Amino acid sequence: MATPEISRAASGNAALVVEGTGPLALVEDAGRFGARHLGVTQGGALDWIALGWANWLLGNAPDAAGIEIAMGGLTLKATGRMAVAIAGADLGATRDGETLPANGSFVLEPGQVLAFDQPRAGLRAYLALPGGIDAEPFMGSLSTVAREQLGGLDGRGSALRVGDRLTAASVAAETREMPCAMAMPQDEATLELVTGAQIAHFDGASLYAAFNQAWQVDSRADRMGVRLTGPALHCRLEGMISEGIPLGAVQVPPDGQPIILLNDRQTIGGYPRLGALSPIACARLGQCAPGTSIRLSPVSPHQARRAYLRQLALWR
Amino acid sequence: MDALIVRLFAAIDEAHMPWILAADNALRERFGEALIDLVPSYTTLLVHYDVARLSQREARQWIDDALRGLKPASTETGREHRIPVWYDDSVGPELTRIAERLGVDTDEIVRRHAGRDYCAFALGFSPGYAFMGMVEEALATPRLKTPRRKVAAGSVGIAERQTAIYSMRSPGGWNILGRTAVELFDRERDEISLFRPGDRVRFEPISREAFIEQGGDTTPLEER
Repeated sequence: MATPEISRAASGNAALVVEGTGPLALVEDAGRFGARHLGVTQGGALDWIALGWANWLLGNAPDAAGIEIAMGGLTLKATGRMAVAIAGADLGATRDGETLPANGSFVLEPGQVLAFDQPRAGLRAYLALPGGIDAEPFMGSLSTVAREQLGGLDGRGSALRVGDRLTAASVAAETREMPCAMAMPQDEATLELVTGAQIAHFDGASLYAAFNQAWQVDSRADRMGVRLTGPALHCRLEGMISEGIPLGAVQVPPDGQPIILLNDRQTIGGYPRLGALSPIACARLGQCAPGTSIRLSPVSPHQARRAYLRQLALWR
Repeated sequence: MDALIVRLFAAIDEAHMPWILAADNALRERFGEALIDLVPSYTTLLVHYDVARLSQREARQWIDDALRGLKPASTETGREHRIPVWYDDSVGPELTRIAERLGVDTDEIVRRHAGRDYCAFALGFSPGYAFMGMVEEALATPRLKTPRRKVAAGSVGIAERQTAIYSMRSPGGWNILGRTAVELFDRERDEISLFRPGDRVRFEPISREAFIEQGGDTTPLEER
């Protein structure tokens, strides 16, 4: 990897003031851990890789809290000089009207406006501030879960609203250049899946279909889960007892159409599962628009882990 | 890749909970800092571990280590809770419906719902929401065909042979019998969730006056 270019940009008491909002902009970090046995969901950035890069571009820890901007529409005005970084989807970001790269760090001068338009590639862009977002965490996380009224700037699960002020957790940043491209899925994506305990209960034709036919990302998709449409899968297992659900679980309800459970999923559930997507595939799915053609590709836990650790190593 | 299900039983039974709790303790101890989350539920535990620290093969080994020589936790491990409930048609519209189905009066339904201890098998659905059982067989009622868009926090309901309290206002399809003023999930409290898996819960019928005194909200579940 190229040696990062380091420059210093003080942010002092600068804030970014929300002047306009789009469909959904949320404070997200890596998620809230250690309370799933109490029914508290995991939460966290859907595309944790993009959040990690946005943070890396400022010298932050990869799991520092940033803003997850879904579909664009967010407008922020700087009250003082501040270094920021964006990564992930290309939402047509501009600084005072000047086009910005989808992945990069830059400085906002007092009064300058950072605006996100609409998706050109991918769905979710991540905005990082020096050191992360300054707010009061709950159970070690700022991740916003509206349903649970947890996290976010107000600690009550609210999305960003006009008038909100984003302040950085630290005053200085070490801005860096993006060392590699970050590809967004366009019309199709392959998602790696580690098969799970109920895989043997699906009939042969269903297993063939699951891994050899294309699936479509349905419009019923949110931070809890993404529904796929395609050939109906049939599982012989009936009346499963609810159990803990891992991130990326591909569950198959009685209608045979899989639902991939993401960060804001409920903590337990009772539908049979093909398995769970790898963390890297979960991040990719977070960028897949409805209509994207999906292929599920089985990988071993070892392969999935190796790819995950390789990604983490890029940020060390 | 970073989670394994430990499956201890094939069916729901209160008698399994001491084993689930023992496994919970043993797994927490064995995994220590490498444990990210541990989710017990009825017959299983989901172990979510830190893959940066250990491979799946190691995780399986650690699970084997933890479960070797496992003995059930003593039955007193779970804490006991008494939950005052205002059983009333206005806040629990299915009270009458179930009474009519069984051909008894609503007091009889209250007596039977409040007449036994329930075990918290698992928490889920929303923070602090405990799936409890078992409701006596005659009271078992399937979920509503069309779930309500909003169920008030504190609503006490049954679904099949399970009972639960809505920990926050949310959509829901359980049959609602009454309401409690007890906060199940309070972020300001040391124990943010009143219930934990394995706890024992008993409902205590109270009057409307007592419910109001406890800070209960008497707004009917459905405005008619």
